[in-house]
Amino acid sequence: MTLSAPSIHYIAILPPVILMVAALGLLFLTALARRKPSTTTATLVGVGAVVAGLVVVVLQLVSIWHHGGSTTLSHEIVMDGFSSVVTGGVLTSLLFSLLVAHDWSVREKSGGAEYQMLAMLAVSGALIMAIANDLIVVFLGLEILSIALYVMIAFNKKRFKSAESSLKYFILGGLASSLFFYGAALVYGATGSTNLSTISYFLSFHVLAHPGLLWAGGALMLVGLSFKCQAVPFHAWSPDVYEGAPTPVTGFHASIVWGGAFAALIRVVVSTMGTQMDTWRPILFVLCALSTLVGAGMALRQTNIKRFLAYTSVSQAGFIFLAVWAGSGRGVSSAVFYLLTYAPTVVASFAVVGVMGGLGDANHYLERYTGLARRQPVLGGALALLLLAQLGAPLTTGFYAKLTALQAGVDAGGAPLALISILAACIAAFAYLRWVLALFSKEGTETEIVRVPFATRFTVTCGVVTAVIFGIWPGPLVALAQHASLLFLP
Amino acid sequence: MHSSLLISVLLLVPLIGAGVSILVKKSPDASYFVGLVTAIIELVLAVLVAVLYNPHIKGAQAFDFYYRHVISAPLGLAYDVAIDGISVFLVVLAALVTLMALWGARDKRRESSFVSWLLVLTSFTIGSFVSHDFLEFFVFFELILIPTYFLISQWGGARGGAAATKFFVYTFTGSAFLFIAILYLGFAHQHQTTGALTFAYGALSQTAMTSSTEVWLFLAMAVAFAVKSPIWPFHTWAPESYEQAPTAGSIELSGILAKMGSYGLLRFAVGLLPLAMSDVRPLIMTLAVIGILYGSALACVTPDLKRVVAYSSLAQMGFITLGVVSGSTIATEGAVLMMFNHGVITMGFFLLISYIEKRRGTYVIADLRGLQGPAPVLAAIFTVVMMASIGLPGLSNFVSEYLILIGTFSVHAWWAVLAGVGVIGAALYWLWSYQRVFHGTSTGENSAIADVSTSERWTLVPVVALVLVLGIFPTPLLNKIGPSVHQLIEHAATASGVTK
Repeated sequence: MTLSAPSIHYIAILPPVILMVAALGLLFLTALARRKPSTTTATLVGVGAVVAGLVVVVLQLVSIWHHGGSTTLSHEIVMDGFSSVVTGGVLTSLLFSLLVAHDWSVREKSGGAEYQMLAMLAVSGALIMAIANDLIVVFLGLEILSIALYVMIAFNKKRFKSAESSLKYFILGGLASSLFFYGAALVYGATGSTNLSTISYFLSFHVLAHPGLLWAGGALMLVGLSFKCQAVPFHAWSPDVYEGAPTPVTGFHASIVWGGAFAALIRVVVSTMGTQMDTWRPILFVLCALSTLVGAGMALRQTNIKRFLAYTSVSQAGFIFLAVWAGSGRGVSSAVFYLLTYAPTVVASFAVVGVMGGLGDANHYLERYTGLARRQPVLGGALALLLLAQLGAPLTTGFYAKLTALQAGVDAGGAPLALISILAACIAAFAYLRWVLALFSKEGTETEIVRVPFATRFTVTCGVVTAVIFGIWPGPLVALAQHASLLFLP
Repeated sequence: MHSSLLISVLLLVPLIGAGVSILVKKSPDASYFVGLVTAIIELVLAVLVAVLYNPHIKGAQAFDFYYRHVISAPLGLAYDVAIDGISVFLVVLAALVTLMALWGARDKRRESSFVSWLLVLTSFTIGSFVSHDFLEFFVFFELILIPTYFLISQWGGARGGAAATKFFVYTFTGSAFLFIAILYLGFAHQHQTTGALTFAYGALSQTAMTSSTEVWLFLAMAVAFAVKSPIWPFHTWAPESYEQAPTAGSIELSGILAKMGSYGLLRFAVGLLPLAMSDVRPLIMTLAVIGILYGSALACVTPDLKRVVAYSSLAQMGFITLGVVSGSTIATEGAVLMMFNHGVITMGFFLLISYIEKRRGTYVIADLRGLQGPAPVLAAIFTVVMMASIGLPGLSNFVSEYLILIGTFSVHAWWAVLAGVGVIGAALYWLWSYQRVFHGTSTGENSAIADVSTSERWTLVPVVALVLVLGIFPTPLLNKIGPSVHQLIEHAATASGVTK
């Protein structure tokens, strides 16, 4: 018996491979080299890996444009518009996160390359989730992402909260992962395969006499992924983790984990089990309504900025669930657009929070921001703009993100759900405005002028510029997101 | 048909002015000067558009200066501008209000950011009136919140922050319903035609829907417009915002932003949802009449002058709403005219109150007494503006109120009768306020106030002139408003199968 190796279309798996190689390279360098690589070296390696990855994404898109999407590695991996665009988005977020983390590492004097290494590994996991065409591979990506994240959240060894939140995340995350895995096993039992294309094919040609197994499996997988997507009622960890984790990790988490998790969710729910959409819709309806409402409502009560941002991102996740609920091409492209636009905004917001928090994440209370825009008009103005973008003000990307999600919902006959979401967005607006108002308040007692290091300044600028440029001229990004959904396999 | 270029210039000039004003922020005088010049240019352009506007264009909806450019096809987003008789004078009013707000605020508020926000607001306001695409209208409708929010919170009174947030959240929440209604309409149109997603006004007006769907959509839109107008019982944000906003902000809010509500109601709710009218008309008209009576009653008892204007605005907006939904061409013409007149009159009131406040440091009625003695000219101008607001024949508001009442009476008599009581209410609260503030003998600080200065008199000249001229000779405006209103009402009547 001969074992034939499956054919590999390398370009499809290059982005995660590049990141892994770069991470492992740094690891060996740290272990073997006489002088440990400095933070700057690590950041440069990371940025280099991201740039290489982005080049590959461009090549992927060109290839997809000419030849269409394809699967490789025994159909375990898929390369289509969706996977490429999500990969590009996640890589860009990583670029910004690395820059912010660099300044943070310098400030906290946590030299060395560990952080950058872990970040790259985590992102490779997220990317694997985005290109997976098999439930096992999704799980593989999920675990690579999660394990690296557990360590990253506990990264600040001097802070008790950091370790505490990591443990919380670890226990709950482990449970969620196992639920997902169990769900995958049940779906395998019901359909005879773990391959997404095969499942999809099977479901479109067979009517299950006893769909209970499939329903249970699908529901468990939905729970597992909803945990990562921060959907209520699986969100309970997020405020603690957001607060406890070092601020760059929070920003990293908020932008990158979603890329992988929502990509996997969309693949599993919309494209694989799309024929069963009517079964999942009620669940997604509840997840969407609860997330938007609870997230916005709880955000109102927060005094700690990081907890505040945790709840608002729960609320934002609800909007993406609205797009997923739609289950249409419009829904998918809307989710992609939402992810692409939200990520830079949130990374930039956390970059500001990071510099404002000071050494050791000492102060994240609202009072710290009172009058910031009067003391430092540029920093405060940038933060105000980023908040307005998250709020969904017109002429920022946030408006179009919400617009596309609502369009997808209404188009699929979900006007009531769309109405719930947007009313929740109004509550969230109230919460955001409280912060904006504080920024411009005349009653600030703080007088300290916060110095913004170069890389952070660059990131914040990029976040603001993306929010405004594409807020005025959303055409190209919308087209890219639509491209992602048009070339959607299977 | 005229070139659309002029409209785009109208939108761009204030933005450029705002940018330049920021650039020269080192010198407050320079940035104020830039703002003033921009506002004057804007007003001249707006008047030019009004003069050039040809009301006798035949075609879909009698729109002039039409231009459409699709920005993003998948989103159905387009830059689409046009003007008709309903919007043309609101554009002029928007430009006029800005000029007066800047001119009236010349003693203080000279920071460049204040000037810039005001100009940006003007651009967005005009944008919403010239939008010929529902989604684009909504974008402008929402955009207005941002400059207004900053104007109220940064330059407002002691509770400006709270008032600004209240204003923002009220309006934002109201427009949530509008947003869903717009999307629903767009997709209903797309599913019917199986064409591209579009929110163009002309396309949407061809969408056929069941009458119950239209009722739901109408109610959803009405919430947003009722908050903006404001219509009772959605008015509760208004008195606080009018009071807390800086004078320029109050002028903008009540002078022009409120009109966006009634304009939207007429253009989009009445214009696009004719089948809903027979069901929702009694409801909206009742709310309007309650607004008239309730506003008049509260204006009698409220303790300060700014709130008197706020509640009187509630009553006046009730008249406008009544005309807008009445379904009568005459009443609707009156309502459109009244949007303009009311804008001019409240502008006058807020300027006059700001002069009183500047002299006495208060606008609470109980603190003021006998101002007529030391400030006769101030009292005289106040009288003219007040008489116009009451609806004295020969002054501007009389014409519009008369048209609304007579038009409504011909189709829905009882509502017109009740609204007529509101006219008496206006006389009651204004004359009583006037008595308490200007009559009697002044003592102490009240006797020491200076009369209006020459420059202040000049500021008020446009207000008084417009009030007088439009009271005697409103025909030029009505000639331009008429055909468009006629066509809109006709379209609604044909679509709903009612013949008049």
